[in-house]
Amino acid sequence: MQATTIKTDTHQLPQAVEPRNPGMPLDLDWVSSVQANTSAIERRAKTISGRRSVKKDYQAAWLLKAISLIDLTTLSGDDTEDRVKRLCAKAMQPVRAELLETLGVPELTTGAICVYHDMIDTAVTALSGSGIPVAAVSTGFPAGLSPFHLRVEEIRQSVAAGAKEIDIVISRRHVLQGNWQALYDEMKAFREACGDAHVKAILATGELGTLRNVARASLVCMMAGADFIKTSTGKESVNATLPVSLVMIRAIRDFYDRTGYRVGYKPAGGISKAKDALVYLALIKDELGDRWLQPDLFRFGASSLLGDIERQLEHHITGKYSAGYRHAMG
Amino acid sequence: MTVKEIFDTMEYGPAPESAADALAWLVDQGSSFGHFINGDFTKATDSFDSKNPATGETLAKLSQAGQSDVDAAVKAARAAQGKWGALPGHSRARYLYAIARLIQKHSRLFAVLETLDNGKPIRESRDIDIPQVQRHFYYHAGMAQLMDAELPDREALGVCGQIVPWNFPLLMLAWKIAPAIAMGNTVVLKPAEYTSLTALLFADICRQAGLPKGVVNIVTGDGAVGEMIVNHKDIDKIAFTGSTTVGRKIREATAGSGKALTLELGGKSPYIVFDDADIDSAIEGLVDAIWFNQGQVCCAGSRLLVQEGIADAFYKKLRARMDGLRIGSPLDKCIDVGAVVDPVQLKTITDMVDANTDGQTYVADSPLPADGCFYAPTLITGLSTASKLMQEEIFGPVLCSMTFRTPSEAVEIANNTRYGLAATLWTENVNLALDIAPKLVAGVVWVNATNLFDASAGFGGVRESGFGREGGWEGLHAYTKPISATKKLTKIEAFTGDDGPTDPLDRTAKLYIGGKQARPDGGYSQNVYSSKGKLLGQAPIANRKDIRNAVEAAAGAKAWSKTTGHLRAQILYYIAENLSARAEEFAKRIDALTGKRGGEAEVQTAISRLFTYAAWADKYDGQVHGVPIRGVALAMKEPVGVIGAICPDETPLLGLISLMAPAIAMGNRVVLTASEAFPLAALDFYQVLETSDVPAGVVNILSGNHAELAQTLADHLNVDAVWSFSSSDISADIEKASAANLKRTWVNNAQARDWSGPDGEGRSFLEAATEVKNIWVPYGE
Repeated sequence: MQATTIKTDTHQLPQAVEPRNPGMPLDLDWVSSVQANTSAIERRAKTISGRRSVKKDYQAAWLLKAISLIDLTTLSGDDTEDRVKRLCAKAMQPVRAELLETLGVPELTTGAICVYHDMIDTAVTALSGSGIPVAAVSTGFPAGLSPFHLRVEEIRQSVAAGAKEIDIVISRRHVLQGNWQALYDEMKAFREACGDAHVKAILATGELGTLRNVARASLVCMMAGADFIKTSTGKESVNATLPVSLVMIRAIRDFYDRTGYRVGYKPAGGISKAKDALVYLALIKDELGDRWLQPDLFRFGASSLLGDIERQLEHHITGKYSAGYRHAMG
Repeated sequence: MTVKEIFDTMEYGPAPESAADALAWLVDQGSSFGHFINGDFTKATDSFDSKNPATGETLAKLSQAGQSDVDAAVKAARAAQGKWGALPGHSRARYLYAIARLIQKHSRLFAVLETLDNGKPIRESRDIDIPQVQRHFYYHAGMAQLMDAELPDREALGVCGQIVPWNFPLLMLAWKIAPAIAMGNTVVLKPAEYTSLTALLFADICRQAGLPKGVVNIVTGDGAVGEMIVNHKDIDKIAFTGSTTVGRKIREATAGSGKALTLELGGKSPYIVFDDADIDSAIEGLVDAIWFNQGQVCCAGSRLLVQEGIADAFYKKLRARMDGLRIGSPLDKCIDVGAVVDPVQLKTITDMVDANTDGQTYVADSPLPADGCFYAPTLITGLSTASKLMQEEIFGPVLCSMTFRTPSEAVEIANNTRYGLAATLWTENVNLALDIAPKLVAGVVWVNATNLFDASAGFGGVRESGFGREGGWEGLHAYTKPISATKKLTKIEAFTGDDGPTDPLDRTAKLYIGGKQARPDGGYSQNVYSSKGKLLGQAPIANRKDIRNAVEAAAGAKAWSKTTGHLRAQILYYIAENLSARAEEFAKRIDALTGKRGGEAEVQTAISRLFTYAAWADKYDGQVHGVPIRGVALAMKEPVGVIGAICPDETPLLGLISLMAPAIAMGNRVVLTASEAFPLAALDFYQVLETSDVPAGVVNILSGNHAELAQTLADHLNVDAVWSFSSSDISADIEKASAANLKRTWVNNAQARDWSGPDGEGRSFLEAATEVKNIWVPYGE
């Protein structure tokens, strides 16, 4: 049940290997020059699954990689301590041990656990010694409309409670009103409040109206020092999609080309099938490169994805289609 | 590699599509094929091998058709055509629908076989070629269904000879066969010798669909078989897709034969990126433009034009994207670029690129398979319009690039080519896009996209990229003709005489060039006599230089093509008004010239005809095609350009107006040669033009020898089309000479036309006076 080796509790965090994005002054010329042609982006997104295919051992390896990139998440009003503990146990042993043994990756864990502030303490305790970081959603998640000083304070308290990653939500209105300065200032304040904890900026792309807005908001958040940019809270009617992902990772690529800093990417919400995960990984590999296929630069925000991957892995090993009840629930 | 190692490296690994079923199908057929004639396969003669270009392995043995095979195929097609063409549209629709369904049911077999034979990635044959083939048959099942109701005045051409290339073997077959048989034609089709296998599988599908014997016949072999089809006396129409060189030969070979002809030829299509484009999307578009099907695409965006300010950044990103392209086994589901079709084509590409010394060449940093016909994606930047590679089609995965400064310079460079097949432009500015798209000389324009195709939108080129459209309503003209009785036209001779003039006051008729009356360059005139031998006057004898001057004037009057239909209508009405004021005089002149009494009626019909085209000038609308994307394909009707027209002899005024009016109504500029026998009415007519606000150069009128003038016009490389309704037998010469720049021709083949009746006006004239350009505009924010 317990991971067999003790890892440092930062082994999956960006600062372990990459210099952290320090941000840069807001460059409005750059922001306003950004274009995003929706039809063309959709065409590219639609063909990626036809252009890239991974089979057999490669598929199994890629699915294991996907597990290592999951922020195993519970963000429900009815979360309890025991529910969170159960999820943490799943994060530490995401797949039946004998399956992992067969595949030669016995120490596999998920990338992180993602919870609300009140559950940080429980999660940190449950994960103690596992090396799996706890991420907390913050800043009045999911709407982000509580008083600003409370949002900043929420971050501070979550960091104090032991969260190593903070998933903040931006004020969508700043994007919808084209108030980039306000978005920049807000993001910068959140980043400062995070201190050493890493900050993931949730853009709530389903509420930004256009892909162009997604591209511009991505850039502004990176300029303000985001360590990760993330699509969604999972609570919008439209969450992570391939077109949105394409826009955000192209923004990440441009930011890297211009500044030399790698910013991470986290699609969240709606990715529930193993096949979808493979498409995302191929998209990241092709558009950003292999370096982004590590947990310090890529995460899936997902809750039901793991179950589908487990079934696929068992099928890979046995040649027989699997059943959900054969795998421990999260 | 172990799972753990792959976990660490995250490589793609092989993802092969199984070829087992396709190979088993070949074995079931004895790995050897005859021709498909009259519903059955002939005995195989094992003349040549069909090879897999990715491995060099022989897939099957094919038969080289001889004259007797082609004769048998044509005979079967001819025998079947009457009954097939006479079937109700609905009956033909059922067969086309069955074919579409059967292809769908065997879609993977078709896709794998295509990839084995051609070398294109399985992704493309599976996701693009075969679905498009199905779509083409579904769409044209609908056209067969609607033909009786929607095209009541048109009928099948008869037997169609069709020659298709190796780059999209089955798709080009579908583009040819579906509309042909939907409209009641029967076909003899020759696939390319490199890639005949899916055509032979298609033959099998025709049998399964219960298609009547002889409706579809397929003969295999090399160019010699193509020549037999082209030259066959009992074929009514030739449709060819392939190189411009061969297209030109076919134009010459069919000249004067009366065969209908459509040609879909080469291209060097521009791909224009403005500085406000979505750069990443424009780069991804290039993958679909020039690295699709290894660049072996007639409409490939092979000339990249980038606005200077963004060029360096664009090239940097493009090179990075090229490095991410995966080249390998076409059957691998995880590759982008497959094999070039044949070692011969690989050598052509290699030689052309190796001979180039201009610019900077970048080769994708992506491993190539050790064996097989592979060529790495290549980018050559820093070229100029003078570079050979910027002008000539490479037909491989090689992108040539240069920069531009302004939108108008982009258009100039884009149009600085003998080709005119397709064009792509990228900008987020809708004003710029919709301004530039109509200015690009091409049959298809894609805005913020590239290589989009659909059965509902016509595809085809202008200039030396050929003529005719495939797909859409506009494509049906290539496989139908108006229902009309034909009558032989005999040469109308001028009257002779030696009497003096009827009126001693001399009137000097001149040529009308560039809005001015001009004496003939040669300084010669001919006497024109009445039927009773009275001298009516002198008509100038125009020569080559007068043609040159007239064409120059017409070419210079390009502003006319941009005027509104409303303005052109106003001017046509005004011409009618001024002609009406002089009706009596023209009637008398016609009577005197022709020696008949029909002058008055002819003038009145001419006035009515001017009204007809004034009416059409702002009503011959384009279409918005229902293409299956979120977007529109705007089928815009554009003027052909400069039309040289040899006017009918028999009706000296009406004949001229019947050609001039539709041409200028649609925005063309014309060089008209007057009735050879009765030229004076046409020369009187320029006075009407002079008083009717017709801009200089829009209409030019010459008189002289039809055969001589027609030859110069047909030879002229700046004339876009030649029409001839002369009673001199010059159709063959015009068609032959037109091959030089592949100008459109519309000739009477010595058949008479009743200029005073309904055949003398209408849609046929408007169609000849326009080209359909399809502008694809995907949208969405």
